Amino acid sequence: MTPAAILRAGFRDQNPGLVQLLGLCPLLAVTTSLGSGLGLGLATLAVLIASNGLVSLVGRSLPAEIRIAVFVLLIAALVTAVELALAAWLPGLHAALGIFLPLIVTNCLVLARAEAFASRQPVGDALLDGFAMGGGFLVVLVALGSVREVLGRGSLGGDLHLLLGSGGPTSGLHLFNGQHGFLLALLPPGAFILLGLGLAWRQSCQATAAASSAGTGVTSGMPGEAAS
Amino acid sequence: MAGNPERPARRTARAAIVLAAAAIAAFGLVAVVHEATRDRIAATARARELARFDQVLGGLPHDNDLLADTLTLRDPELLGTTEAVTAYRARFHGQPVAVVLEFGATDGYSGSIRLLLAVAPDGTVLGVRTVSHHETPGLGDFIDAGKSDWMQRFSGKSLGNPAAARWRVRKDGGEFDQYTGATITSRAVVGAIGRTLQLFARHRDELLAAPATIQP
Repeated sequence: MTPAAILRAGFRDQNPGLVQLLGLCPLLAVTTSLGSGLGLGLATLAVLIASNGLVSLVGRSLPAEIRIAVFVLLIAALVTAVELALAAWLPGLHAALGIFLPLIVTNCLVLARAEAFASRQPVGDALLDGFAMGGGFLVVLVALGSVREVLGRGSLGGDLHLLLGSGGPTSGLHLFNGQHGFLLALLPPGAFILLGLGLAWRQSCQATAAASSAGTGVTSGMPGEAAS
Repeated sequence: MAGNPERPARRTARAAIVLAAAAIAAFGLVAVVHEATRDRIAATARARELARFDQVLGGLPHDNDLLADTLTLRDPELLGTTEAVTAYRARFHGQPVAVVLEFGATDGYSGSIRLLLAVAPDGTVLGVRTVSHHETPGLGDFIDAGKSDWMQRFSGKSLGNPAAARWRVRKDGGEFDQYTGATITSRAVVGAIGRTLQLFARHRDELLAAPATIQP
């Protein structure tokens, strides 16, 4: 695969959040704000790049019987390392992400990329795939977190200081009084509905692209999030 | 089984050795990171605890280590729960200036609401803060200091002001306005604070006594 194809797969064609639907549990649970979505996205991205790199280095020399076991061990160790590092340097973010930080171990995206891609590819491609898949996941987390925070709390980036430390902006962008927020957006059903709209938006983009490449000339619209 | 009978055994042994090596490598990575972060994690956890105390004490000067000067109280009959209340004692020049009580309101809408209450030696509330809760976002999270100033209404109150029986929400004939749409959360918080103030009154002498271990 060419680097461009790997990037395209992660961010668009095989996007973990919108196409493969991998790792939905953290995706839906954590994205109540831009800050926590970005935090978990970055943590997952770091784990994915590191695990893809390591798996690519050792993967082919492993006996088939224990390959998955070794991958799980590596991923668990990496996630623990990331969790400890966050607890030490970004304790606020560590507290906000809570149980979903150690649960990156069980994010099937990480093991899926290790087994399906990294174990059969050279290190460079595996690292790039980790970046592309993790980045694609991060983009969906951030988008969903932003929409839910704006609708539910009337702010954007209200807890970014957890990531940036006390030097960053402390209150984020205030759009309207959080008391009049759309509560459903913050609750799990709202997350499912918004993700569904995101899926529909992506499908419609795909259909439009397919139609225009077939020469029927359908004008592209932007349905989806604006309607929510 | 026409092949060499030793082959499968050797294969297994090799797999076991590789797996063990991977386990040791993973363990080593975690051990190194743990060692590198341990002191920092302990320091940040301690700083966070102390910052919480400062919020309820409102800058009241004290010169002792609150985390080392604690007392654990249990009173299932009064509190309606076997959960322990932790008391942290603030002193200035050896004199007690406040007691910070950490306790849970168990009858909230969703799970336990952990609260921190600072009480002056005469029983006056200095400040109340929510430590953690699982109330519905947008409805029950008014108990977060960052979301609304509802929790500030308790400052300056005490068991005589209002009377113990009036430590309820207005809907139940008490003194405190329930937060619109979240009566259950309001009721749980007001009730738990009232009961903890009674606990303070019951154990006042014990709580304000000198530390058990006196420096020689």
